[in-house]
Amino acid sequence: MVQAPDRITPEIIAAHGITPEEYDRIVKILGREPNFTELGIFSVMWSEHCSYKNSKPILKLFPTEGPNLLVRAGEENAGIVDVGDGLAICFKIESHNHPSAVEPFQGAATGVGGILRDIFTMGARPILLMDSLRFGSLENAQTRRLLQGVVAGIAHYGNCIGVPTIGGEVYFDESYEGNPLVNAMCLGIVSKDGIIKGKASGVGNPVYYVGAATGRDGLGGAAFASRELTEESHEDRPAVQVGDPFMEKLLLEACLELLKTDALVGMQDMGAAGLTCSTCETASRGSAGIEIDITKVPRRETAMIPYEVMLSESQERMLIIAKKGKEHIVERIFEKWDLHAEKIGEVQEGHLMRVYDGPELVAEIPAKALADEGPIYRREENKPAYLTEAQHLDLRKISLPKDFNAVLKKMLDHPSIASKGWVYTQYDHMVRTDTVFYPGHDASLIRIKGTQKGIAVSTDCNSLYCYLDPFEGGKIAVAESARNVAASGARPLAITNCLNFGNPMTPDIFWQFHQCVEGMSTACRFFQTPVTGGNVSFYNESPMGAIQPTPTVGMVGLLDDIDDRVPSFFKSEGDIIFLLGNTLNEIGASHYLMLEHGLKKGLPPRLDLEREKALQMLMIEGAKARCLVSCHDLSEGGLAVALAECCIGQGKGIGANIEQIPLILGARHQKTNHAGSHHAAELRMDALYFGETQSRAIVSVKPEHKEYLIKLAQKHSVPVFQIGVVGGQTLVIGDLINLRVDEMAGIYQTAIPRRMSKISSRDA
Amino acid sequence: MKAAVVVFPGSNCDTDCFHALFDVMKMPVKFVWHKEGTLPDVDLVVLPGGFSYGDYLRTGAIARFSPVMEAVRQHAESGRAVIGICNGFQILLEAGFLPGAMLRNKTLSFICTHVWLRTENNATIFTGKLNPKELLRIPIAHGEGNYYCDDKTFKRLEDSNQIVFRYASESGETTDEFNPNGSRDNIAGIINAKGNVLGMMPHPERASESMLDSVDGRKIWESLVG
Repeated sequence: MVQAPDRITPEIIAAHGITPEEYDRIVKILGREPNFTELGIFSVMWSEHCSYKNSKPILKLFPTEGPNLLVRAGEENAGIVDVGDGLAICFKIESHNHPSAVEPFQGAATGVGGILRDIFTMGARPILLMDSLRFGSLENAQTRRLLQGVVAGIAHYGNCIGVPTIGGEVYFDESYEGNPLVNAMCLGIVSKDGIIKGKASGVGNPVYYVGAATGRDGLGGAAFASRELTEESHEDRPAVQVGDPFMEKLLLEACLELLKTDALVGMQDMGAAGLTCSTCETASRGSAGIEIDITKVPRRETAMIPYEVMLSESQERMLIIAKKGKEHIVERIFEKWDLHAEKIGEVQEGHLMRVYDGPELVAEIPAKALADEGPIYRREENKPAYLTEAQHLDLRKISLPKDFNAVLKKMLDHPSIASKGWVYTQYDHMVRTDTVFYPGHDASLIRIKGTQKGIAVSTDCNSLYCYLDPFEGGKIAVAESARNVAASGARPLAITNCLNFGNPMTPDIFWQFHQCVEGMSTACRFFQTPVTGGNVSFYNESPMGAIQPTPTVGMVGLLDDIDDRVPSFFKSEGDIIFLLGNTLNEIGASHYLMLEHGLKKGLPPRLDLEREKALQMLMIEGAKARCLVSCHDLSEGGLAVALAECCIGQGKGIGANIEQIPLILGARHQKTNHAGSHHAAELRMDALYFGETQSRAIVSVKPEHKEYLIKLAQKHSVPVFQIGVVGGQTLVIGDLINLRVDEMAGIYQTAIPRRMSKISSRDA
Repeated sequence: MKAAVVVFPGSNCDTDCFHALFDVMKMPVKFVWHKEGTLPDVDLVVLPGGFSYGDYLRTGAIARFSPVMEAVRQHAESGRAVIGICNGFQILLEAGFLPGAMLRNKTLSFICTHVWLRTENNATIFTGKLNPKELLRIPIAHGEGNYYCDDKTFKRLEDSNQIVFRYASESGETTDEFNPNGSRDNIAGIINAKGNVLGMMPHPERASESMLDSVDGRKIWESLVG
């Protein structure tokens, strides 16, 4: 419970995370000292979480223009892209890292709830969820508890509301120890003429509060998200909200039903900073004033002071601006769904947000000052000292492994690479009966009923690359997500991103942030996949230090004809296997180097944008011609892991014989000779098997399409190697790997459950 | 054949069932809101999956009190068909249309995956187009599908052939290994004594189109159409 103090002291100002300079600015805006409620309102709206005060100048680097964009980044809750047939899609990714660290089940659940509201507040029906998760080592009991709780929380919310969770990623690395990342993405579909803006306009129009009642939960959550986690963070548990997916399901259906009427002017969810944020943002966007009376706000706790009502982050609430004279329509629909719909105020002339507690005016602030005119900082940046040492890798000192079979088995057993079946079988990934590719494919794919279209989605980020070279890492995050989408046959359209970093006040961290964004922007421009929105999450640090920079990319692609789709796995005996793309001596920043040699070192592979684009064009054209049986990109673990995954697949599994390894080696010799370099090193066998050279993929085709594929590759100038044949029960790669598929599948599928089964016996 | 799909607050497979019956099977279908006291003139009532009333208290425990359930009871008493899928099955148990109860899965977590079912009784209106012991590949998606009943009830179910589907292996073995949720004797679906009310945890509506990996669920709809 919060007590209103008699007067505002410097201590109270500091406790709200407001600097003395910011306080002076508040006094100037108001022309007087703020009262306690107003101070609270400023503190949440000017927090990094709501205002992006530390990130805005850098975020401007992102390209946000594109031919099919109906709503651009920053204009609304989420960007909207036209996909034809009178339909548009709306998508966004957002973090819920700190709440999940403190209370994994509720933290993750409300992360899902929040991103769903961001989508349906635009009038779109949510049709899929994805989750990008990162934890410390799974050997650690605390991590197992966090993974268990986070997955159960996501399942609880997504399954109950009936939106399928169709994919994502899960990585385990010690840098996330104590500060896991939980990034949830949602995509919705809306008819082009049904898009709803979060805007308050039309003087006299009623403002409704709908959904769940307000309690003290989540007080100051936005401010909580804008601090580092400390040993004492568990005491912040009241700042974590509690989710009720059933309530949200009712709210979703009621809001979408209201949308079909002519009673709606604007709609805005109450997420971070709750009632405060929704009222001032809608007023600011509508260039209007807004007046509310908080005595009308439904409550589930007694004796709440105005400060608490305005700052509460209770879940499953929305603000609705209706048309005057149509109040009965709003009230009838919400009554049908047994939900609160209370008229709490009106749109007013002018530009002020006025909050009354009955007759008493408790806050009066220009709405734009809160929503759009917060402070903006250009933080200091500095290339971190660790990079010089970390980027240096002397390949001569890295010995070749003696047993390549053992290395492959070790990689397949690593939880970051292994099957995530333990995770996604807990998610309902089939509800709505649109999921065409289940989790585990390069991209997840859903159909749009009533059309031939499909939507492919992939979330990606290799944070080890970003740690060792943030610019290249940022570029690769975008390129890899585009490659995954293209591998399914879809055309990459646009991205959303969730930028997870440490404390931005640290010049090293801010440099990482800036470099990652530069790299991502470069790739987005090149691929013409604009950024439609996203989220910044700073202060991801635990007492052990900052996380590896993790700019998660959520790429969305469009498949014009769902029957053109290409799965990731081998299918039939006798199909011909090709490797697309050249292989270089790139083992820096690889999972091989980390897992086999214990080194997080070297430069990540270089990404050539032209080559990448060529590969993706090839994939899309091959899919359209229906000549690819399977297509799988090469990423962590390189050629050997990709081939193993193609063999294990999602059903019975099938073997492959890769006998033409000399072809790949030969290409390397020719290339170096052609370049006239006598010192160019030969391709190392570990780089060939496990290196992570970019812009490569494994495709399989029917024997009759062999010539077609070779010609297609030549047309796009993509190096192509016919390396083997699908069949048998064993994966044979040259002379160095020979493993039964069922043995690999056993390792790959049980790596996570085997470790999680310790949770009941040892962690209790 | 005409069908109605009941919509409870929290139902989330209602539109999926509608799609399978209307778009795939070309059947006339209507949604019925749970507050309705009557049903349209239909041959089949579907209680769909989801989380009616958020599964508060127990799965299906509150939905049984919805006004529409009285009309569903009359529909069933008149001998017409009712199918409860997943949460719909749970509601049929709570409402006493079928005997037994659901417990949490033995894994204590939600499970969404394809399973194999062995047809135990192909002489019902829901399974007439299936061969004896025919194996079906259909997904499950539930946290509480661990069917339980006492010995007396179990004997009655067995003796009168009321067990319609059991979880099985791809080759039809109904051992523990292929029991995903701990259900008594691998029970996946049961029917009432009269033979017109079927409850099943697996989702046939998710296995009715080739694009969705399996069309085995269609055989249940086809049996109903006759």
